[in-house]
Amino acid sequence: MSALLDSLAADFKGDASRRASLEAALREGLPHARSEAWKYTSLRALERRTFIPASHIAIEIDPALLAAIHAPRLVFVNGRYDAARSDLSGLPAGVELHPLSHALAAGNAGASSSPERRFGRADEVFAHLNAALADDGVLVRIGAGVQAGTPLQLVFVGASNGDDAAWHSRHLIELRPGAALTVVEHHIAGGEHAHLGNALTQVHLAADSVLTHARIQDEAPRATLFTRTDAVLARNAHYRRIDLELGAGLSRHELNVRLEGEGATLNANGVLLATGKRHLDTRLGIEHLARDTSCDLLWRGLGAGLSRAVFHGGITISKGADGSDANLSNKNLLLSDNAEIDTQPVLEIHADEVKAAHGATVGQLDPTAMFYLRSRGLPAADARQLLTAAFCREVVNTVESDDLRETLAIALDRALDTQGSS
Amino acid sequence: MLKIENLHVRVAGRDILQGLTLDVKAGEVHAIMGPNGAGKSTLANVLAGREGYEITEGSVTFEGHNLLEREPEQRAADGLFLAFQYPVEIPGVNNTYFLRSALNAQRKARGEPELDSMQFLKRVREKLAVLHLDDKLLQRGVNEGFSGGEKKRNEIFQLAVLQPKLAILDETDSGLDIDALKTVAEGVNALRSKERAFIVITHYQRLLDYIRPDVVHVLADGRIIESGGPELALQLEEHGYAWIKDRIAPEIAA
Repeated sequence: MSALLDSLAADFKGDASRRASLEAALREGLPHARSEAWKYTSLRALERRTFIPASHIAIEIDPALLAAIHAPRLVFVNGRYDAARSDLSGLPAGVELHPLSHALAAGNAGASSSPERRFGRADEVFAHLNAALADDGVLVRIGAGVQAGTPLQLVFVGASNGDDAAWHSRHLIELRPGAALTVVEHHIAGGEHAHLGNALTQVHLAADSVLTHARIQDEAPRATLFTRTDAVLARNAHYRRIDLELGAGLSRHELNVRLEGEGATLNANGVLLATGKRHLDTRLGIEHLARDTSCDLLWRGLGAGLSRAVFHGGITISKGADGSDANLSNKNLLLSDNAEIDTQPVLEIHADEVKAAHGATVGQLDPTAMFYLRSRGLPAADARQLLTAAFCREVVNTVESDDLRETLAIALDRALDTQGSS
Repeated sequence: MLKIENLHVRVAGRDILQGLTLDVKAGEVHAIMGPNGAGKSTLANVLAGREGYEITEGSVTFEGHNLLEREPEQRAADGLFLAFQYPVEIPGVNNTYFLRSALNAQRKARGEPELDSMQFLKRVREKLAVLHLDDKLLQRGVNEGFSGGEKKRNEIFQLAVLQPKLAILDETDSGLDIDALKTVAEGVNALRSKERAFIVITHYQRLLDYIRPDVVHVLADGRIIESGGPELALQLEEHGYAWIKDRIAPEIAA
């Protein structure tokens, strides 16, 4: 047993089904160093820490943090829904948006079915904990054929309130056939803290639906985040995903996508900005399960200071998923001798007539480009900054919507400006 | 303006420049010609401050500074500009943004006020017209997807915007067709002035038909073996580099 799991379990108040999840978590324990999926992310330091449940007490946060995030928005502070800071005005017709806590209080069966989902794979302790302990989150449903023009903003603020706190959030995003929606997640530091957040998001995309889903993770430098996204795509559904990992002390993200319907398409791009002492671990698990499915994955990583960036790009093209197309590019810049980058593209093909390409590199800034910029008068630090930003911006430039691209570019530039490449 | 004395440079264990001496004054245009491997590009890169060159002997002063002690960006702010033989493509770094940042960084280093975007754009428009460059190119990444000719014209465009005191053109004519060559030469000629000097490095005499030099130097085996007027370039074109080396060698031996 670990101090960590004991402290998280101490708060348990759920029913029998949730108790089963908790017991599974305790039985399984934290992932071993031997576990392939956790090979580069040690939880040894975390194992000894303890957390109290995040409280419902209102916490002061700087209103400026939310000023640029327009309605409709749901705001959560330390994992708890904050009605006063949320604003549902302008919610497009045909879109349902609720905090999970409200749905659970109202005894909404549809809402509670998602936390009851079972997890069978090994190393799923955080999913089990989430199933046992999640008591808030976001439920989004959009009706058949509804094309929501206005993006939904989901804001998660971590804020200091004394002891290190933990929260478990469960989110469900469901698009009915032919629906289209944009969801933007903002994970913001509302001050210095060392909390633990454990989020699990389920995404269900029915036939011909299109979800654009951006996540800007810019949490406090000592925060710990476990994030998992499980998405299922039906025929011709399109999931456009972008993740900017800019903050936190430890951020582990598993993005699992099942391309179940013919012609389903995934674009999942992201940036891992590992600076300072940050440890970022992103693990993609993409499964092509039907004909003519495609995925395009563009990831860029930066390792500076004493940081570590870990990227695993797993793609499986199953038997029968003929005519599928998979592309993975993971390029990394190692800017410091004391940083480390581990990248591992894994492609498994069991189908015919498949197009698949993957590439992963770790390199340094191009000295010729550095010299070119400096020879024009840019100081070395500025030249480095410019090249680093350009390297990362390649990912942001793939975003079609001007507004969203701008939002992401601002977040990225701000992170690069404040953290530099140290 | 620029004084190079007895410069010796080693690259990867090989002595490339072996006692090069050159004096360039404001308003002058010097052409440096020479066969491949003579050390022409080494000279250009050493002057601009590129890494990987070991200076084993000699000195270079530029505008009163010991040039060899200065960082590349300080040399730029001092007024030195190198038009690259192979301009670098930098995707994702916007041309205009880059050039404005560079210009303002130079101005800041010199203690001059920075240009605001209106002032900067005014200067850019003037210079674009001279070089027949499409302003759409400026919205792209630095040299990203530019043709060979566009890259070379972009170098001269940057030169025009940055307005250095000394411009070094490193084989700017290579890979250019005759029309592009004329455009580049026009761009350079428009910048000639009493205050500004040029070092034009070229393998061929052709460029010098359009940019008339005051002095022509022949660089071979790491040093300048002969200097003369524009007619020297024509003689070289006629007889080849072997001729001049044969002609000069006995004198050096003596």
